[in-house]
Amino acid sequence: MKTATLGYLLAGALAYCSTAHASDGAGRGQAIAMQGDGSGAPCIACHGLDGAGNDAAGFPRLAGLDTGYLVKQMQDYRSGARQNAVMAPNVDNLDDQQMIDVAAWYASQQPTPASLPEVDTALLELGKKVASSGDWDNYVVPCETCHGPGSLGVGSAFPRLAGQHAGYIKQQLHAWKNGTRGNDPDQLMLAIAARLSDEQIEAVAAYLARQPQQGDL
Amino acid sequence: MPRRLTPVLMTALLATGVAQAQPDVPVQLPAFKEGQYVHEAPTVEDLMQDESIHPELRKVILRGRDMFMNTQQFRGEYVFNDLNCKNCHMGEGRLNWSGPVWPAATTLPDFRGKNQHVNSLEERIAGCFSFSMNGNPPAYGSDDMLALAAYHQWLAKQAPVYESNIGGRGFGHLGREMPAETSYANGAQVYQQHCARCHGDDGQGVRLSAQTVFPPLWGDGSYNWGAGMTRVFTAASFIKNNMPLGKPGSLSDQQAWDVALFINSHERPQDPRYTGDAKETREKFNNFHKFTMYGTEFDGQVLGQHDDTGDKPFLKPDALRPRSFD
Repeated sequence: MKTATLGYLLAGALAYCSTAHASDGAGRGQAIAMQGDGSGAPCIACHGLDGAGNDAAGFPRLAGLDTGYLVKQMQDYRSGARQNAVMAPNVDNLDDQQMIDVAAWYASQQPTPASLPEVDTALLELGKKVASSGDWDNYVVPCETCHGPGSLGVGSAFPRLAGQHAGYIKQQLHAWKNGTRGNDPDQLMLAIAARLSDEQIEAVAAYLARQPQQGDL
Repeated sequence: MPRRLTPVLMTALLATGVAQAQPDVPVQLPAFKEGQYVHEAPTVEDLMQDESIHPELRKVILRGRDMFMNTQQFRGEYVFNDLNCKNCHMGEGRLNWSGPVWPAATTLPDFRGKNQHVNSLEERIAGCFSFSMNGNPPAYGSDDMLALAAYHQWLAKQAPVYESNIGGRGFGHLGREMPAETSYANGAQVYQQHCARCHGDDGQGVRLSAQTVFPPLWGDGSYNWGAGMTRVFTAASFIKNNMPLGKPGSLSDQQAWDVALFINSHERPQDPRYTGDAKETREKFNNFHKFTMYGTEFDGQVLGQHDDTGDKPFLKPDALRPRSFD
Protein backbone atom coordinates (compact mmCIF):
# COMPACT_ATOMS: atom_id res chain seq x y z
CA MET A 1 0.00 0.00 0.00
CA LYS A 2 2.70 2.43 1.06
CA THR A 3 4.88 1.57 -1.92
CA ALA A 4 1.95 1.93 -4.26
CA THR A 5 1.15 5.35 -2.84
CA LEU A 6 4.75 6.48 -3.09
CA GLY A 7 4.98 5.18 -6.64
CA TYR A 8 1.81 7.00 -7.50
CA LEU A 9 3.12 10.22 -6.02
CA LEU A 10 6.39 9.94 -7.90
CA ALA A 11 4.57 9.24 -11.12
CA GLY A 12 2.32 12.21 -10.44
CA ALA A 13 5.23 14.48 -9.68
CA LEU A 14 7.05 13.38 -12.84
CA ALA A 15 3.95 13.95 -14.91
CA TYR A 16 3.66 17.45 -13.56
CA CYS A 17 7.28 18.28 -14.14
CA SER A 18 7.10 17.30 -17.76
CA THR A 19 3.86 18.95 -18.89
CA ALA A 20 2.32 22.40 -19.18
CA HIS A 21 2.93 25.63 -17.33
CA ALA A 22 0.15 25.10 -14.77
CA SER A 23 1.72 21.78 -13.90
CA ASP A 24 5.02 23.53 -13.18
CA GLY A 25 3.02 25.48 -10.64
CA ALA A 26 1.88 22.26 -8.98
CA GLY A 27 5.51 21.11 -8.97
CA ARG A 28 6.59 24.32 -7.25
CA GLY A 29 3.61 23.88 -4.93
CA GLN A 30 4.82 20.44 -4.00
CA ALA A 31 8.13 21.92 -2.89
CA ILE A 32 6.31 24.55 -0.81
CA ALA A 33 4.10 21.87 0.73
CA MET A 34 7.26 20.05 1.80
CA GLN A 35 9.25 23.09 2.96
CA GLY A 36 6.59 25.43 4.30
CA ASP A 37 6.66 29.22 4.13
CA GLY A 38 10.05 29.54 5.77
CA SER A 39 8.79 30.49 9.22
CA GLY A 40 6.34 27.79 10.18
CA ALA A 41 5.61 24.12 9.80
CA PRO A 42 5.44 22.64 6.30
CA CYS A 43 1.95 21.81 5.01
CA ILE A 44 2.78 18.12 4.87
CA ALA A 45 3.33 17.98 8.65
CA CYS A 46 -0.43 18.05 9.17
CA HIS A 47 -2.09 17.68 5.76
CA GLY A 48 0.34 15.09 4.34
CA LEU A 49 2.01 15.31 0.95
CA ASP A 50 -1.07 13.81 -0.65
CA GLY A 51 -3.43 16.11 1.25
CA ALA A 52 -5.09 13.33 3.20
CA GLY A 53 -5.18 15.32 6.43
CA ASN A 54 -5.96 13.70 9.74
CA ASP A 55 -9.44 13.26 11.12
CA ALA A 56 -8.53 12.62 14.74
CA ALA A 57 -6.31 15.70 14.86
CA GLY A 58 -8.85 17.91 13.05
CA PHE A 59 -6.65 18.55 9.99
CA PRO A 60 -8.79 18.78 6.85
CA ARG A 61 -8.34 16.76 3.72
CA LEU A 62 -7.05 19.04 0.96
CA ALA A 63 -6.59 16.51 -1.83
CA GLY A 64 -8.68 17.34 -4.87
CA LEU A 65 -10.23 20.49 -3.44
CA ASP A 66 -10.76 23.44 -5.77
CA THR A 67 -7.63 25.57 -6.32
CA GLY A 68 -9.49 28.86 -5.99
CA TYR A 69 -11.08 27.75 -2.74
CA LEU A 70 -7.73 26.72 -1.26
CA VAL A 71 -6.08 29.98 -2.34
CA LYS A 72 -8.83 32.06 -0.77
CA GLN A 73 -8.54 30.18 2.53
CA MET A 74 -4.78 30.76 2.67
CA GLN A 75 -5.25 34.43 1.80
CA ASP A 76 -7.87 34.72 4.52
CA TYR A 77 -5.54 33.12 7.08
CA ARG A 78 -2.86 35.59 6.03
CA SER A 79 -5.18 38.60 6.29
CA GLY A 80 -6.96 37.40 9.43
CA ALA A 81 -10.33 37.09 7.67
CA ARG A 82 -10.17 33.46 8.73
CA GLN A 83 -8.72 33.01 12.18
CA ASN A 84 -6.63 30.02 13.10
CA ALA A 85 -3.66 30.17 15.43
CA VAL A 86 -1.92 27.26 13.71
CA MET A 87 -2.56 28.16 10.10
CA ALA A 88 -1.83 31.90 10.25
CA PRO A 89 1.91 31.67 11.07
CA ASN A 90 2.34 28.80 8.62
CA VAL A 91 1.16 30.67 5.54
CA ASP A 92 1.80 34.32 6.33
CA ASN A 93 5.08 34.43 4.42
CA LEU A 94 3.63 32.94 1.24
CA ASP A 95 2.92 35.37 -1.57
CA ASP A 96 -0.12 35.00 -3.82
CA GLN A 97 1.75 33.03 -6.47
CA GLN A 98 3.11 30.60 -3.91
CA MET A 99 -0.41 30.12 -2.56
CA ILE A 100 -1.66 29.42 -6.06
CA ASP A 101 1.15 26.91 -6.56
CA VAL A 102 0.59 25.02 -3.34
CA ALA A 103 -3.16 25.04 -3.94
CA ALA A 104 -2.53 23.61 -7.42
CA TRP A 105 -0.47 20.83 -5.87
CA TYR A 106 -3.17 19.77 -3.45
CA ALA A 107 -5.94 20.26 -6.00
CA SER A 108 -4.10 17.82 -8.28
CA GLN A 109 -3.90 15.07 -5.68
CA GLN A 110 -6.26 12.13 -5.86
CA PRO A 111 -8.18 11.78 -2.64
CA THR A 112 -7.62 8.40 -1.05
CA PRO A 113 -10.74 7.21 0.77
CA ALA A 114 -10.24 6.90 4.50
CA SER A 115 -11.41 3.77 6.25
CA LEU A 116 -14.10 4.89 8.62
CA PRO A 117 -15.67 3.21 11.62
CA GLU A 118 -19.27 2.06 11.37
CA VAL A 119 -21.77 4.52 12.71
CA ASP A 120 -25.41 4.39 13.63
CA THR A 121 -27.68 4.00 10.58
CA ALA A 122 -30.21 6.47 11.97
CA LEU A 123 -27.47 9.08 12.28
CA LEU A 124 -26.45 8.57 8.66
CA GLU A 125 -30.10 8.77 7.57
CA LEU A 126 -30.47 12.11 9.31
CA GLY A 127 -27.20 13.27 7.75
CA LYS A 128 -28.42 12.27 4.32
CA LYS A 129 -31.63 14.19 4.86
CA VAL A 130 -29.76 17.36 5.84
CA ALA A 131 -27.37 17.04 2.88
CA SER A 132 -29.94 16.14 0.21
CA SER A 133 -33.31 17.43 1.40
CA GLY A 134 -32.47 19.96 4.10
CA ASP A 135 -34.82 20.98 6.88
CA TRP A 136 -36.93 23.69 5.28
CA ASP A 137 -39.21 24.10 8.27
CA ASN A 138 -36.20 25.55 10.04
CA TYR A 139 -34.97 27.16 6.81
CA VAL A 140 -32.03 24.78 6.53
CA VAL A 141 -31.29 24.54 2.83
CA PRO A 142 -29.87 21.16 1.67
CA CYS A 143 -26.03 21.15 1.41
CA GLU A 144 -26.31 19.93 -2.17
CA THR A 145 -28.18 23.03 -3.28
CA CYS A 146 -24.92 24.99 -3.23
CA HIS A 147 -22.21 22.35 -2.85
CA GLY A 148 -23.63 20.52 -5.84
CA PRO A 149 -24.78 17.01 -6.68
CA GLY A 150 -23.23 14.56 -4.24
CA SER A 151 -21.79 17.59 -2.36
CA LEU A 152 -18.82 17.29 -4.73
CA GLY A 153 -18.29 21.04 -4.78
CA VAL A 154 -19.15 23.88 -7.16
CA GLY A 155 -16.43 26.30 -8.24
CA SER A 156 -14.25 28.15 -5.77
CA ALA A 157 -17.03 29.39 -3.47
CA PHE A 158 -18.62 26.04 -2.58
CA PRO A 159 -15.96 23.45 -1.68
CA ARG A 160 -16.39 19.73 -1.99
CA LEU A 161 -17.72 18.25 1.24
CA ALA A 162 -17.97 14.61 0.19
CA GLY A 163 -15.13 12.66 1.75
CA GLN A 164 -14.01 15.49 4.01
CA HIS A 165 -13.17 14.39 7.53
CA ALA A 166 -16.21 14.33 9.82
CA GLY A 167 -14.28 15.97 12.65
CA TYR A 168 -13.32 18.90 10.47
CA ILE A 169 -16.83 19.44 9.05
CA LYS A 170 -18.27 19.35 12.55
CA GLN A 171 -15.64 21.71 13.90
CA GLN A 172 -16.21 24.22 11.07
CA LEU A 173 -20.01 24.19 11.33
CA HIS A 174 -19.65 24.91 15.03
CA ALA A 175 -17.11 27.61 14.23
CA TRP A 176 -19.67 29.38 12.05
CA LYS A 177 -22.32 28.86 14.65
CA ASN A 178 -20.28 30.36 17.45
CA GLY A 179 -18.88 33.17 15.34
CA THR A 180 -15.25 32.09 15.11
CA ARG A 181 -15.40 31.52 11.35
CA GLY A 182 -16.92 34.16 9.12
CA ASN A 183 -15.10 34.19 5.78
CA ASP A 184 -17.97 32.79 3.72
CA PRO A 185 -19.22 34.89 0.81
CA ASP A 186 -22.34 36.91 1.61
CA GLN A 187 -22.81 35.02 4.93
CA LEU A 188 -24.30 32.15 2.93
CA MET A 189 -22.83 29.45 5.18
CA LEU A 190 -23.38 31.34 8.41
CA ALA A 191 -27.09 31.59 7.63
CA ILE A 192 -27.42 27.82 7.44
CA ALA A 193 -24.90 26.76 10.09
CA ALA A 194 -26.56 28.93 12.71
CA ARG A 195 -29.85 27.07 12.20
CA LEU A 196 -28.39 23.56 12.43
CA SER A 197 -28.92 21.66 15.64
CA ASP A 198 -25.94 19.91 17.25
CA GLU A 199 -27.52 16.61 16.26
CA GLN A 200 -27.86 17.68 12.63
CA ILE A 201 -24.22 18.80 12.61
CA GLU A 202 -23.07 15.48 14.03
CA ALA A 203 -25.18 13.60 11.49
CA VAL A 204 -24.31 15.59 8.39
CA ALA A 205 -20.59 15.45 9.22
CA ALA A 206 -20.72 11.67 9.61
CA TYR A 207 -22.71 11.32 6.38
CA LEU A 208 -20.59 13.60 4.22
CA ALA A 209 -17.35 11.98 5.38
CA ARG A 210 -18.66 8.69 3.99
CA GLN A 211 -19.64 9.96 0.55
CA PRO A 212 -17.57 9.26 -2.57
CA GLN A 213 -15.16 12.10 -3.26
CA GLN A 214 -15.39 12.02 -6.97
CA GLY A 215 -17.50 10.66 -9.73
CA ASP A 216 -19.85 11.68 -12.45
CA LEU A 217 -23.23 11.58 -10.79
CA MET B 1 -47.52 15.40 12.76
CA PRO B 2 -44.42 16.61 14.62
CA ARG B 3 -44.33 20.13 15.94
CA ARG B 4 -42.34 22.40 13.70
CA LEU B 5 -40.95 25.86 14.11
CA THR B 6 -42.83 27.47 11.25
CA PRO B 7 -41.70 30.74 9.68
CA VAL B 8 -44.69 32.48 11.25
CA LEU B 9 -43.60 31.38 14.68
CA MET B 10 -40.02 32.37 13.99
CA THR B 11 -41.21 35.78 12.80
CA ALA B 12 -43.42 36.16 15.84
CA LEU B 13 -40.58 35.24 18.19
CA LEU B 14 -38.27 37.73 16.57
CA ALA B 15 -40.88 40.45 16.56
CA THR B 16 -41.69 40.11 20.22
CA GLY B 17 -38.11 39.67 21.31
CA VAL B 18 -38.83 36.33 22.94
CA ALA B 19 -36.01 34.68 21.02
CA GLN B 20 -32.76 35.08 22.94
CA ALA B 21 -30.51 36.89 20.50
CA GLN B 22 -31.25 38.00 16.98
CA PRO B 23 -29.29 35.65 14.74
CA ASP B 24 -26.80 37.24 12.35
CA VAL B 25 -28.88 36.09 9.41
CA PRO B 26 -32.52 36.07 10.48
CA VAL B 27 -35.31 34.51 8.46
CA GLN B 28 -37.31 37.64 7.68
CA LEU B 29 -40.61 36.77 6.07
CA PRO B 30 -43.75 38.89 5.90
CA ALA B 31 -46.31 38.45 8.65
CA PHE B 32 -49.53 36.66 7.77
CA LYS B 33 -52.61 38.83 7.70
CA GLU B 34 -55.49 38.50 10.12
CA GLY B 35 -57.99 35.92 8.94
CA GLN B 36 -55.70 34.25 6.43
CA TYR B 37 -55.57 30.50 6.14
CA VAL B 38 -52.01 29.36 6.88
CA HIS B 39 -51.28 25.87 5.67
CA GLU B 40 -48.72 23.45 7.02
CA ALA B 41 -48.10 21.14 4.09
CA PRO B 42 -47.20 17.54 4.96
CA THR B 43 -43.65 16.29 4.57
CA VAL B 44 -42.39 13.22 2.79
CA GLU B 45 -41.85 11.66 6.23
CA ASP B 46 -45.55 12.18 6.92
CA LEU B 47 -46.31 10.46 3.63
CA MET B 48 -44.19 7.44 4.48
CA GLN B 49 -45.79 7.13 7.93
CA ASP B 50 -49.42 7.68 6.89
CA GLU B 51 -50.95 4.23 6.91
CA SER B 52 -54.26 5.54 5.61
CA ILE B 53 -52.66 6.11 2.20
CA HIS B 54 -52.91 3.18 -0.19
CA PRO B 55 -49.42 1.98 -1.21
CA GLU B 56 -50.30 2.55 -4.88
CA LEU B 57 -51.25 6.15 -4.16
CA ARG B 58 -48.06 6.65 -2.17
CA LYS B 59 -46.12 5.42 -5.17
CA VAL B 60 -47.90 7.89 -7.46
CA ILE B 61 -47.36 10.81 -5.07
CA LEU B 62 -43.67 9.95 -4.77
CA ARG B 63 -43.47 9.78 -8.56
CA GLY B 64 -44.99 13.27 -8.74
CA ARG B 65 -42.58 14.52 -6.11
CA ASP B 66 -39.63 13.09 -8.02
CA MET B 67 -40.83 14.83 -11.20
CA PHE B 68 -41.13 18.06 -9.24
CA MET B 69 -37.67 17.84 -7.69
CA ASN B 70 -35.84 16.52 -10.74
CA THR B 71 -37.76 17.80 -13.72
CA GLN B 72 -34.58 17.67 -15.79
CA GLN B 73 -35.10 13.91 -16.17
CA PHE B 74 -37.64 14.99 -18.82
CA ARG B 75 -35.23 17.26 -20.67
CA GLY B 76 -36.17 17.28 -24.34
CA GLU B 77 -39.59 15.82 -23.60
CA TYR B 78 -41.49 18.07 -21.19
CA VAL B 79 -38.70 20.54 -20.42
CA PHE B 80 -36.47 22.39 -22.87
CA ASN B 81 -34.62 24.69 -20.50
CA ASP B 82 -32.39 24.07 -17.46
CA LEU B 83 -35.05 24.46 -14.78
CA ASN B 84 -36.68 22.15 -12.25
CA CYS B 85 -40.04 22.91 -10.62
CA LYS B 86 -38.26 23.27 -7.28
CA ASN B 87 -36.09 26.14 -8.54
CA CYS B 88 -38.97 28.59 -8.14
CA HIS B 89 -41.22 26.60 -5.79
CA MET B 90 -38.61 26.01 -3.14
CA GLY B 91 -38.75 23.67 -0.20
CA GLU B 92 -40.33 20.90 -2.31
CA GLY B 93 -43.26 23.15 -3.24
CA ARG B 94 -44.28 23.37 0.43
CA LEU B 95 -42.69 26.65 1.40
CA ASN B 96 -44.84 29.70 2.07
CA TRP B 97 -43.74 32.87 0.23
CA SER B 98 -42.09 30.65 -2.38
CA GLY B 99 -45.10 29.92 -4.53
CA PRO B 100 -46.33 26.89 -2.58
CA VAL B 101 -48.04 24.70 -5.16
CA TRP B 102 -50.82 23.10 -3.10
CA PRO B 103 -53.27 26.05 -3.52
CA ALA B 104 -53.63 25.03 -7.17
CA ALA B 105 -55.32 21.88 -5.87
CA THR B 106 -57.77 23.71 -3.58
CA THR B 107 -58.58 26.86 -5.58
CA LEU B 108 -59.06 25.33 -9.04
CA PRO B 109 -61.08 24.91 -11.19
CA ASP B 110 -61.31 28.68 -11.41
CA PHE B 111 -61.18 31.49 -13.93
CA ARG B 112 -57.64 32.64 -14.73
CA GLY B 113 -56.96 36.06 -16.12
CA LYS B 114 -53.86 34.85 -17.94
CA ASN B 115 -55.79 32.70 -20.43
CA GLN B 116 -59.28 34.07 -19.82
CA HIS B 117 -61.02 30.82 -19.09
CA VAL B 118 -61.72 28.38 -16.27
CA ASN B 119 -58.64 26.23 -15.63
CA SER B 120 -58.26 22.81 -14.05
CA LEU B 121 -55.31 21.78 -11.91
CA GLU B 122 -53.85 19.93 -14.90
CA GLU B 123 -54.14 23.04 -17.07
CA ARG B 124 -52.40 25.09 -14.41
CA ILE B 125 -49.52 22.59 -14.31
CA ALA B 126 -49.46 22.61 -18.12
CA GLY B 127 -49.06 26.38 -17.95
CA CYS B 128 -45.89 26.00 -15.88
CA PHE B 129 -44.43 23.56 -18.39
CA SER B 130 -45.36 25.76 -21.36
CA PHE B 131 -43.89 28.98 -19.99
CA SER B 132 -41.59 28.54 -16.98
CA MET B 133 -40.05 25.29 -18.26
CA ASN B 134 -40.16 26.44 -21.90
CA GLY B 135 -41.55 23.01 -22.63
CA ASN B 136 -44.33 20.73 -23.71
CA PRO B 137 -46.57 19.56 -20.84
CA PRO B 138 -47.31 15.91 -20.08
CA ALA B 139 -50.56 15.02 -21.84
CA TYR B 140 -53.77 15.74 -19.94
CA GLY B 141 -54.87 12.55 -18.21
CA SER B 142 -51.47 10.87 -18.67
CA ASP B 143 -49.70 8.93 -15.91
CA ASP B 144 -47.14 11.69 -15.50
CA MET B 145 -49.80 14.38 -15.27
CA LEU B 146 -51.71 12.30 -12.75
CA ALA B 147 -48.56 11.89 -10.65
CA LEU B 148 -47.92 15.63 -10.55
CA ALA B 149 -51.55 16.39 -9.77
CA ALA B 150 -51.49 13.80 -6.98
CA TYR B 151 -48.40 15.42 -5.47
CA HIS B 152 -50.15 18.81 -5.48
CA GLN B 153 -53.33 17.48 -3.96
CA TRP B 154 -51.55 15.49 -1.26
CA LEU B 155 -49.57 18.63 -0.27
CA ALA B 156 -52.96 20.34 0.15
CA LYS B 157 -54.09 17.75 2.69
CA GLN B 158 -56.56 19.27 5.17
CA ALA B 159 -56.60 22.67 3.45
CA PRO B 160 -60.09 24.09 2.90
CA VAL B 161 -61.36 23.79 -0.67
CA TYR B 162 -62.04 27.12 -2.44
CA GLU B 163 -60.55 29.13 0.41
CA SER B 164 -58.68 31.87 -1.46
CA ASN B 165 -57.44 34.03 1.41
CA ILE B 166 -54.20 32.10 1.83
CA GLY B 167 -51.11 33.30 3.72
CA GLY B 168 -47.80 33.13 1.86
CA ARG B 169 -49.37 32.19 -1.46
CA GLY B 170 -47.77 33.06 -4.79
CA PHE B 171 -45.21 35.77 -5.36
CA GLY B 172 -46.89 39.10 -4.90
CA HIS B 173 -46.46 40.61 -1.51
CA LEU B 174 -44.55 43.67 -2.76
CA GLY B 175 -47.58 44.64 -4.83
CA ARG B 176 -47.80 44.84 -8.60
CA GLU B 177 -46.68 48.39 -9.28
CA MET B 178 -42.97 48.82 -9.79
CA PRO B 179 -41.80 51.88 -7.80
CA ALA B 180 -40.90 54.83 -10.06
CA GLU B 181 -37.34 54.94 -8.74
CA THR B 182 -36.64 51.32 -9.78
CA SER B 183 -33.27 51.29 -11.53
CA TYR B 184 -31.66 48.86 -13.96
CA ALA B 185 -28.20 50.21 -13.07
CA ASN B 186 -28.77 49.71 -9.35
CA GLY B 187 -30.14 46.27 -10.15
CA ALA B 188 -26.94 45.43 -12.00
CA GLN B 189 -24.99 46.29 -8.85
CA VAL B 190 -27.22 44.21 -6.61
CA TYR B 191 -26.84 41.36 -9.09
CA GLN B 192 -23.05 41.55 -9.02
CA GLN B 193 -22.96 41.70 -5.25
CA HIS B 194 -25.54 39.10 -4.30
CA CYS B 195 -26.49 36.95 -7.31
CA ALA B 196 -23.62 36.53 -9.78
CA ARG B 197 -21.64 34.22 -7.49
CA CYS B 198 -24.18 31.46 -8.12
CA HIS B 199 -26.15 32.53 -11.19
CA GLY B 200 -23.10 33.69 -13.16
CA ASP B 201 -22.04 37.03 -14.65
CA ASP B 202 -24.23 36.36 -17.68
CA GLY B 203 -27.16 34.85 -15.80
CA GLN B 204 -26.24 31.45 -17.18
CA GLY B 205 -26.37 29.55 -13.89
CA VAL B 206 -24.28 26.45 -13.20
CA ARG B 207 -24.87 23.00 -14.58
CA LEU B 208 -22.82 19.96 -13.50
CA SER B 209 -23.18 16.31 -14.53
CA ALA B 210 -26.32 17.16 -16.55
CA GLN B 211 -27.93 18.57 -13.42
CA THR B 212 -28.81 22.16 -12.74
CA VAL B 213 -27.08 23.41 -9.62
CA PHE B 214 -27.88 27.12 -9.95
CA PRO B 215 -30.66 27.94 -12.40
CA PRO B 216 -30.07 30.33 -15.31
CA LEU B 217 -31.96 33.60 -14.93
CA TRP B 218 -31.99 34.61 -18.56
CA GLY B 219 -30.93 33.24 -21.93
CA ASP B 220 -31.94 29.96 -23.57
CA GLY B 221 -31.68 27.94 -20.35
CA SER B 222 -34.18 30.07 -18.46
CA TYR B 223 -37.96 30.71 -18.35
CA ASN B 224 -39.53 32.10 -21.50
CA TRP B 225 -41.15 35.49 -22.04
CA GLY B 226 -44.57 34.11 -21.15
CA ALA B 227 -43.61 32.83 -17.67
CA GLY B 228 -45.07 34.50 -14.60
CA MET B 229 -41.55 35.16 -13.37
CA THR B 230 -40.95 37.60 -16.30
CA ARG B 231 -43.35 39.96 -14.56
CA VAL B 232 -41.09 42.30 -12.63
CA PHE B 233 -43.35 42.22 -9.56
CA THR B 234 -43.34 38.41 -9.44
CA ALA B 235 -39.55 38.25 -9.61
CA ALA B 236 -39.22 41.09 -7.09
CA SER B 237 -41.39 39.31 -4.52
CA PHE B 238 -39.69 35.97 -5.16
CA ILE B 239 -36.27 37.55 -4.68
CA LYS B 240 -37.30 39.52 -1.60
CA ASN B 241 -38.58 36.43 0.22
CA ASN B 242 -36.20 33.76 -1.08
CA MET B 243 -32.87 35.19 -2.21
CA PRO B 244 -29.96 35.05 -1.62
CA LEU B 245 -30.67 31.46 -0.72
CA GLY B 246 -30.95 31.00 3.03
CA LYS B 247 -31.33 34.75 3.62
CA PRO B 248 -34.97 35.62 2.97
CA GLY B 249 -35.80 39.26 3.54
CA SER B 250 -32.16 40.35 3.61
CA LEU B 251 -32.43 42.63 0.56
CA SER B 252 -34.42 45.84 0.81
CA ASP B 253 -37.69 46.04 -1.13
CA GLN B 254 -36.07 48.46 -3.56
CA GLN B 255 -33.04 46.21 -4.09
CA ALA B 256 -35.44 43.39 -4.93
CA TRP B 257 -37.30 45.58 -7.44
CA ASP B 258 -34.05 46.83 -8.98
CA VAL B 259 -32.52 43.41 -9.47
CA ALA B 260 -35.82 41.98 -10.73
CA LEU B 261 -35.94 44.71 -13.38
CA PHE B 262 -32.31 44.02 -14.27
CA ILE B 263 -32.85 40.26 -14.65
CA ASN B 264 -36.09 40.63 -16.58
CA SER B 265 -34.62 43.16 -19.02
CA HIS B 266 -32.50 40.39 -20.53
CA GLU B 267 -33.41 38.20 -23.48
CA ARG B 268 -34.99 34.80 -23.04
CA PRO B 269 -36.88 32.27 -25.18
CA GLN B 270 -39.90 33.52 -27.05
CA ASP B 271 -43.38 33.74 -25.53
CA PRO B 272 -45.32 30.77 -26.97
CA ARG B 273 -48.17 33.20 -27.69
CA TYR B 274 -45.94 35.22 -30.04
CA THR B 275 -47.74 36.63 -33.08
CA GLY B 276 -44.52 37.38 -34.98
CA ASP B 277 -44.33 40.88 -33.52
CA ALA B 278 -43.33 41.43 -29.90
CA LYS B 279 -45.01 44.83 -29.58
CA GLU B 280 -48.22 43.40 -30.98
CA THR B 281 -47.99 40.34 -28.69
CA ARG B 282 -47.45 42.66 -25.75
CA GLU B 283 -50.62 44.57 -26.67
CA LYS B 284 -52.63 41.40 -27.24
CA PHE B 285 -51.72 40.01 -23.83
CA ASN B 286 -51.46 43.34 -22.09
CA ASN B 287 -53.13 42.10 -18.90
CA PHE B 288 -49.95 40.02 -18.46
CA HIS B 289 -47.28 41.94 -20.33
CA LYS B 290 -48.04 45.32 -18.74
CA PHE B 291 -45.94 43.90 -15.89
CA THR B 292 -43.06 42.67 -18.10
CA MET B 293 -40.41 44.39 -20.21
CA TYR B 294 -41.34 42.26 -23.23
CA GLY B 295 -42.03 44.24 -26.41
CA THR B 296 -40.47 47.38 -24.96
CA GLU B 297 -37.36 49.05 -26.27
CA PHE B 298 -34.20 48.52 -24.35
CA ASP B 299 -30.73 49.52 -25.45
CA GLY B 300 -31.97 50.13 -29.01
CA GLN B 301 -33.64 46.71 -29.30
CA VAL B 302 -37.22 45.58 -28.82
CA LEU B 303 -37.06 42.89 -26.14
CA GLY B 304 -38.53 39.62 -27.36
CA GLN B 305 -38.46 40.55 -31.07
CA HIS B 306 -36.79 37.33 -32.24
CA ASP B 307 -37.50 33.75 -33.32
CA ASP B 308 -35.40 32.12 -30.61
CA THR B 309 -37.38 29.39 -28.83
CA GLY B 310 -34.29 28.13 -26.97
CA ASP B 311 -33.72 24.38 -27.21
CA LYS B 312 -37.43 23.87 -27.88
CA PRO B 313 -37.96 23.05 -31.58
CA PHE B 314 -41.42 24.65 -31.75
CA LEU B 315 -43.16 27.77 -30.50
CA LYS B 316 -46.48 26.78 -28.96
CA PRO B 317 -47.38 23.49 -27.25
CA ASP B 318 -50.75 22.02 -28.22
CA ALA B 319 -51.81 22.00 -24.56
CA LEU B 320 -52.27 25.78 -24.70
CA ARG B 321 -55.75 26.06 -26.10
CA PRO B 322 -58.81 28.12 -25.29
CA ARG B 323 -61.88 26.69 -23.62
CA SER B 324 -65.39 27.99 -23.84
CA PHE B 325 -68.76 26.92 -22.52
CA ASP B 326 -70.77 29.06 -24.91
